Amino acid sequence: MALLQVDRLRVEFPARQRTLVAVDDVSLSIDAGEVLGVVGESGAGKSVTGAAIIGLIEPPGRIAGGEIRFAGRRIDCLPDDAKRHIRGREIGSVFQDPLTSLNPLFTVGQQLVETILAHSDRTAADARRHALRLLEEVGIPAPAQRIDAYPHEFSGGMRQRVVIALAICAAPRLIIADEPTTALDVSIQSQIIALLKRLCREHGTAIMLITHDMGVIAETADRVAVMYAGRIVEVGPVRQILRSPNHPYTQGLMESIPRLGSDSAPLAQIDGAMPRLHEIPVGCAFHPRCPDASERCRETRPALRMVADSASVACLLFDDGCADD
Amino acid sequence: MFSTRRRLRLPVPTGTSCLIVAVTAGRVTGPRETRTTTMLAFILKRLAQSLLVMFFVALIAFLMFQFIGDPVHQMVGIETTLEEREELRETLGLNDPVLVQFGRFVSAATTFDFGISYQHKKPVADMILSRMPATLELSILSALFALAFGVPIGVYTGLHRNTWLSHVLMTVSLIGVSLPTFLIGILLIFVFAVILGWLPSFGRGDVVDLGWWSTGLLTTTGLKALILPSITLGLFQMTLIMRLVRSEMLEVLRTDYIKFARARGLPDRVIHFRHALKNALVPVITVTGLQLGSIIAFAIITETVFQWPGMGLLFLQSIQTVDIPIMSAYLILIAFIVVAINLVVDILYYVIDPRLRSARNAEARS
Ligand SMILES: Nc1ncnc2c1ncn2[C@@H]1O[C@H](COP(=O)(O)OP(=O)(O)OP(=O)(O)O)[C@@H](O)[C@H]1O
Ligand SMILES: [Mg+2]
Repeated sequence: MALLQVDRLRVEFPARQRTLVAVDDVSLSIDAGEVLGVVGESGAGKSVTGAAIIGLIEPPGRIAGGEIRFAGRRIDCLPDDAKRHIRGREIGSVFQDPLTSLNPLFTVGQQLVETILAHSDRTAADARRHALRLLEEVGIPAPAQRIDAYPHEFSGGMRQRVVIALAICAAPRLIIADEPTTALDVSIQSQIIALLKRLCREHGTAIMLITHDMGVIAETADRVAVMYAGRIVEVGPVRQILRSPNHPYTQGLMESIPRLGSDSAPLAQIDGAMPRLHEIPVGCAFHPRCPDASERCRETRPALRMVADSASVACLLFDDGCADD
Repeated sequence: MFSTRRRLRLPVPTGTSCLIVAVTAGRVTGPRETRTTTMLAFILKRLAQSLLVMFFVALIAFLMFQFIGDPVHQMVGIETTLEEREELRETLGLNDPVLVQFGRFVSAATTFDFGISYQHKKPVADMILSRMPATLELSILSALFALAFGVPIGVYTGLHRNTWLSHVLMTVSLIGVSLPTFLIGILLIFVFAVILGWLPSFGRGDVVDLGWWSTGLLTTTGLKALILPSITLGLFQMTLIMRLVRSEMLEVLRTDYIKFARARGLPDRVIHFRHALKNALVPVITVTGLQLGSIIAFAIITETVFQWPGMGLLFLQSIQTVDIPIMSAYLILIAFIVVAINLVVDILYYVIDPRLRSARNAEARS
């Protein structure tokens, strides 16, 4: 059984004139200890999916449909208090910008201790010892000296390590890392990714790794889900999708990645831009930009279906005409 | 980012704002240095600015003597001869060069010597000192009242934006901001003194003289007499603080670190009252401190409405009799209090907010 199972998730934001659907019919699953990469253009709905899983969609936004199960238990319709126990305890979070993730008026020690105390019955002294262990584990040098420092006294990379320490305070089984390296220097990025991979390996923590960086995905993830305009267009094992992407959008994405060694062909770009939420076309959302679009693509919205061994794709090119939607 | 500049868009709708601006300008500059030297440099710089402000205030106070009326004329009777007047001018030093007179004026002021009142023939310093406790007690109580109600109401309306109680409170506060102080005072007098007869409408009640301070806090009548004037004087500040706390709360609740605190699974109570409130209160400290200065300065109106025997009332009476020594002494003293409070608030702010140091560094870098 999968650790996290998301079924036909739909997230809506009521706007002035009409309701915007930020996440539409998204299904995905993450096994224990697995790293699922989630990629897609800005605005594709990656962060909203992550927020929905931890129950932090900001009102008036809401989960309008679907189910989210964690370890078999339905967590999308729990009362607020129970949701809070899932957050931090079962599912940890790492945000994009370590500069703004930490409260500037509290020391990192205070923030760690309060998080530990929120999820356990430890004494304050014990919580502090645990905080020191965590700082050590995420690679902060001389934690005993750094624990009483304020966030601004840390560099960006060190702050992101503190954020990761906060995410693993209660040893969660899943970490949702929303672009954990985007705001960091390139030289620091690989260190943070290495840290996440090590945690995943040593503790068997599963990670949902949201990123724009296909390189990070290739290096880190076991499987990858590609999102476009609020939907998953392709999902499958990383190596398979990197080698032979099926969806025209994924193909475009792959061609736009610079590759070492193959400097022959110029980088391709997908023409046009992803539609904004209020102008998503009927049919396949990608058809205006798709080189292979047919008449049917303008009318029928493709469902995600299995192709090859374990990859799924939502594209009519792979639909054998037996649409049952 | 957490710019301190943002924190400075303070709603300070008072006459003292020019002083405050003069004093707070240039706060967020400065080189990247170790904490202690930066702190010292910061304090020294602010001290220099304060002295500059005080210099100009003293200049204005001094010029009042030069341009408003002739001191000799004010001091002598009609029957005094021209020779006697000239002699008096000489003994008062009024024939010396202006700069010499100004130097004398400043050095006297630093020893708290503001001369003799034309009207009362008593030392101005003594007169003002005897009035000071009344004004300070009123002002501090008003500030406490403003804080005690402004902060909780601000927090409530910030956390529960869409309840009917919040809407009522916001509407009422809007009325509070827009009504002039004297009208509020008169309304309160009308309701609580005239109709209900619960509270006195003027004066301080019985005061206890402690030698160097006369207080109304130790007697029932004294306390009762403080209620209406304190509310009148503090109401505007209360609505100001309440709206500030509310908008700061709303802003802080949108920040990433609050979202991250939720993602860490902290209880709402901790997120609202530990994380959000502390961050929201940082600018409130500044504003309240600065407002204390303007409360003291603006006590004039309340003191007039309630015939409160404070410095403001003395100042108003001195204007009617063109008693320039009192007017100039009051001006200097109020400016001094405001400048001193600003200085303390700035230093306090610097000490409280660990970001300020790094914010300066970040700005220096970017
Ligand atoms: N609170 C909100 N109210 C209204 N619309 C929202 C809200 N939050 C997100 N959206 C919309 O939902 C869509 C998906 O946003 P999301 O943040 O998930 O994108 P993303 O894939 O994470 O993009 P990025 O790579 O830029 O982080 C966007 O079009 C965004 O405008
Ligand atoms: Mg995002």
